[in-house]
Amino acid sequence: MKDSFYVAWKYVSFNRGKTATLVACITLILFLPLSLQLLLNESERQLLSRAVSTPLVVGAKGSALDLVMNSLYFGDEVPELISMEASNQVVDTGMALPIPLYVRFRARGAPIVGTTLDYFDFRGVKVAEGSHLTMLGDCVVGASVAERLGVKPGDSLLSSPENLFDLAGMYPLKMKVAGVLRKSHTSDDLAVFTDLKTAWVIQGLGHGHEDLKKADDPQVILKKGETNIIASPKLYHYTEITGANLDLFHFHGDLSSYPITAVIAVPHDAKAGTILRGRYLSGEEPHQIVRPKEVIDGLLQNIFRIKNVLDAVISLVALAMMLAIVLVFALSLRLRQKEIGTIFKLGCSRLTIARLLAAEIFIIVMVSGALCVGSIFFVHQFANDLVRMLFIR
Amino acid sequence: MIRIDSLAFRYPTGEFSLNVPEFAIDKAERVAVIGPSGSGKTTLLNLIAGILTPVRGTVTVGEREISGLGDAGRRDFRITTIGFVFQDFELLDYLSVMDNILHPYRITVALTLDKDIPERATSLAREMGIADKLNRRPGDLSHGEKQRVAICRALLARPQLILSDEATGNLDPVNKIRILDLLFSSVENHGATLVAVTHDHELLPRFDRVVDFQDFPAEGDA
Repeated sequence: MKDSFYVAWKYVSFNRGKTATLVACITLILFLPLSLQLLLNESERQLLSRAVSTPLVVGAKGSALDLVMNSLYFGDEVPELISMEASNQVVDTGMALPIPLYVRFRARGAPIVGTTLDYFDFRGVKVAEGSHLTMLGDCVVGASVAERLGVKPGDSLLSSPENLFDLAGMYPLKMKVAGVLRKSHTSDDLAVFTDLKTAWVIQGLGHGHEDLKKADDPQVILKKGETNIIASPKLYHYTEITGANLDLFHFHGDLSSYPITAVIAVPHDAKAGTILRGRYLSGEEPHQIVRPKEVIDGLLQNIFRIKNVLDAVISLVALAMMLAIVLVFALSLRLRQKEIGTIFKLGCSRLTIARLLAAEIFIIVMVSGALCVGSIFFVHQFANDLVRMLFIR
Repeated sequence: MIRIDSLAFRYPTGEFSLNVPEFAIDKAERVAVIGPSGSGKTTLLNLIAGILTPVRGTVTVGEREISGLGDAGRRDFRITTIGFVFQDFELLDYLSVMDNILHPYRITVALTLDKDIPERATSLAREMGIADKLNRRPGDLSHGEKQRVAICRALLARPQLILSDEATGNLDPVNKIRILDLLFSSVENHGATLVAVTHDHELLPRFDRVVDFQDFPAEGDA
């Protein structure tokens, strides 16, 4: 048997081109359905576990899917904005704890999630390194973000401008990394969390500049009245919030009119949840309330419907490929008649010839299997990112 | 050593038939077989080796009647008793020279690839002047070198009977003499019997006996 494998190995390694083609075909036949299944299982696990643990989400009327994807997985698609008033409305019902979310901006590719400290208690996310959000301008980063960007507590992180060509837009805010969150294997690992007010500062709704009452540079102060002061664009705006300038940061207008993307509503009990949902059924109500599990179930049903189609296509392609492989083997046998004749003339039995051919097939299948396992392992390593790339972005 | 009685053979296509009424070769005898192309010389060697089975008559090698053995018996007999140098070498491209020489040991249980066999193969290759080619593949060798590899493979198991089908065909005169010398000395060293098909009449004086195939009735073209 050992000799059969030795001779077979010599044959397959000599005919590299043919072997590589067969190995590639068999690997693909095995890899495609397995990796697809793996990704779908992972997507189902990721999407569903987070959806199940989030009871209700309030947001602007429109695409429920966009609302859920943005609120739960911090997807790129930003739903229509609502105001903080929506969060206050939930408080007023006395039926649920509101957790406002403002997921709109990014910092070096990672979504910035403006929220309250309740969010961390609700998700059970703990700080692994450093401290929690304590000051305006602080941020805590998810474990994967910290790893990817190489940031640690004490470092700074710049918010990215929404539009590179908007020269008149707001300046990026230099946030201080207060802490790094413990890995949770959820979307929280991939986000940068700030206080809601910090998110509004990033938007430019809140800002900090030198004290106008004390400023006397005529190029900066255009007009000083009893109740208001008019400054020129030369007025210096701070791009970083520090202990020294913290008091100079302020917000104009009513905070309840400030924008957010959604409110996670955590009802005190099931009954409260049902009643709360009823309150949003009115056609005049500008907001919608959704159960993320229902939305994700709908999405998964669509994904699995597509998967069934893909399965059928892959099965057909695999069948065609298998037939081609059988044909290649059959033609190869015909081409090798002289060689087989030689081995036979030397004294080899038909059984041994069959064993030699079987050993060749075994080697090819085993190499393909090993490559497939390696590839699947690779996909598994990056399943999180792939699922995010394929189903969330 | 070899005895043939009333041997008749016909290919399944029926286009060629060979009849050998009576023919015997003594042990350690060196016999040249000559005859025109297509007269059945290679067919006769294949019948003696048990690769082909006669329609009628018997082939006896030593004490064994080859034509009466089953497939497995003929195979084992061939691999342990006969060294066959084929007309077109029949080397395997994907094996190195060393692996080609050792190949019979790897494809049958009748021969055991003991530790001393590769050493013996190396020594034989040295005698044949191809010791430096052992790691090369047949595709890298000249015609004469390939022939020597085929002879090494045939002689490695120290067979009692060596069948050579045009072993010196297509070789230049120098290599022709060299190959024949090697074959003869190997045969003498092991006391084996040699039956060699050849077209080269210059070599005939070196053999103990010459069998002309024109003496045997044949029909068609082999």
